[in-house]
Amino acid sequence: MTEVVRVDELSRIFRTGAVEVQAVRSVSFSIEEGAMVAIMGPSGSGKTTMMNMLGCLDRPTSGRYFLGGEDVAKKTDDALARIRNRRIGFVFQSYNLLTALNALENVELPLVYRGMASGERHRVAAQTLAEVGLSELMSFRPYELSGGQQQRVGIARALAGTPDLLLADEPTGNLDSVSGEEILNLFLDLHQRGRTLIIVTHDEQVALHCQRIIRLKDGRVLSDQPVDPARRRIKADLGTRALTS
Amino acid sequence: MSLTESLKMAWRALVGNRLRAILTMLGIIIGVAAVIALITAGQAATSSVTSSVQALGSNLISVSPIRSSGVVLYPQDSAWLLQVVPQIKADAPLVEASVTSSYETVSWSTTLIGTTPAALGIEGRKLAQGRFISAQDLSGNRDVAVLGQTVAQSLFGARDPMRQTISVNGTPFTVIGVLQATGGAFGANADNVIIVPVPAAEWVAGTTQLTGIEAQARSAAIAPLAVAQITAVLNHRFATTNAASVVSQDQILSTLSTITATLTLMLGGIAGISLLVGGIGIMNIMLVTVSERTREIGLRKALGASRQAILSQFLIESSLLSVAGGAIGVVVGVGLSGLLTHLLGAGGVSISAVALALGFSLLVGIGFGIWPAANASHLDPVQALYHD
Repeated sequence: MTEVVRVDELSRIFRTGAVEVQAVRSVSFSIEEGAMVAIMGPSGSGKTTMMNMLGCLDRPTSGRYFLGGEDVAKKTDDALARIRNRRIGFVFQSYNLLTALNALENVELPLVYRGMASGERHRVAAQTLAEVGLSELMSFRPYELSGGQQQRVGIARALAGTPDLLLADEPTGNLDSVSGEEILNLFLDLHQRGRTLIIVTHDEQVALHCQRIIRLKDGRVLSDQPVDPARRRIKADLGTRALTS
Repeated sequence: MSLTESLKMAWRALVGNRLRAILTMLGIIIGVAAVIALITAGQAATSSVTSSVQALGSNLISVSPIRSSGVVLYPQDSAWLLQVVPQIKADAPLVEASVTSSYETVSWSTTLIGTTPAALGIEGRKLAQGRFISAQDLSGNRDVAVLGQTVAQSLFGARDPMRQTISVNGTPFTVIGVLQATGGAFGANADNVIIVPVPAAEWVAGTTQLTGIEAQARSAAIAPLAVAQITAVLNHRFATTNAASVVSQDQILSTLSTITATLTLMLGGIAGISLLVGGIGIMNIMLVTVSERTREIGLRKALGASRQAILSQFLIESSLLSVAGGAIGVVVGVGLSGLLTHLLGAGGVSISAVALALGFSLLVGIGFGIWPAANASHLDPVQALYHD
């Protein structure tokens, strides 16, 4: 299996005046292609900082970060923007959809910055929306959609650019349990189709959907273990509820 | 990202906040309209002044003796001047006096001008009725008068003044002609005059001294030379350096042109300041927009927008605001100019003013849009994304 992510002694220090905060301290791990990994930890554990660095939104203070074999720790802002555009798909807790755009246009957004021609863009975005089950709702604005539907638009937007890595930050945090389960189902589907997924969460139930859990505390890796197959939550769990959506 | 893509994006953002966009544009609309209308007004003033001066006569040079230099001119000096200055093709002596004219029971204060037949052509005047004074009137010492429109209307009203006898300071004159109106310029009403032969004016004024001589240069090109020559011969004859004030119509015209050009520039400048204020309005709104849309900027960056993409997005938005405002301003400005042209009876919309105003509004949009757009493009993606 090829490594998609490898972090090596990654640290991130924030300085505000004289105060120095070590949010992430010498963290090392690697994630293989097709893996579904949860990064867990209470607030202040450094998991958000970790996610920002994995998403190339932020640079580590020291250490190295290999994304698909390429060291991206010291890239320029615009080079990082390009990497985010092509290789990373973000799924946010609060969806972060633009209300001025409809579902299709929201999904098209990363492709716009890739310079894809509009005809091709429409086609790819429509196809991706169909993959998450929203073919019928393409022209709806975000405020006309339910939370679960909005998050699916968000996932379609992350998928549209066929990234190497899908990064989800508390993807079910704003959803009720039914919609949350649906979203996690979608993630399991994507996992089965070979996508590499990292879900950052503080929710044990969410983490139990993954194959492996990396627990952070005070900026360090507390544990890094596969999920016991007996405890793992899988798709079958859902039963009939998915049909009611 | 393509330009059409960016334009579409900017358009949606502006339409999404319609009232704000319109209010922001208002500053530019007013600025551009003001620039166009005020420049048109300035140019209308220029052309009306120019045509008034030109109405005074073609290639006119007026010579006024300076009494403090001890210089006195007499009627025969006009003939002498014509002989010694080859650059002039005609001249006429002027004997002027303020008089009271009367007909039957009506009296009227006016200016009596004694001159020769040449004055008609030099001043470029035309007759409405009858004839001008002739050489025979001069040699025969006849008491005949040509009336300006104002005098004719004041004394006679609707009646025909021809061959009637009027009294000028008690001396009777027979009306032989009426001049066409020229429209006054600069206080001196060229229509409030009575023109008589020189000897008759000398009699009424009680002096043979001239108030001045008016001459006509052979051409407009030669006028400055004629002015120099007249000055030189008079200075030589009276052995002084300051015998007379010699001014050509061109000099008057250029002085006035300078004044009106300054006026136009000043008006345009004032209007330009309002455009500048409109630009500051755009900058203000764009700064607000950027801070309101911090999260959106963060998201766009997370999805892979480069600094340049964010910069151009906001720059295009501000430019679109100012250009749309400019275009509306042109429509309003052209309308106002049409109205002004109609009211002033001169002018017309200046294409250069329209181009200037539009170009300036685009500059304002880009100039004042740069700072907010640069702010947006330099936002840190993490901080922008988690901004509330």
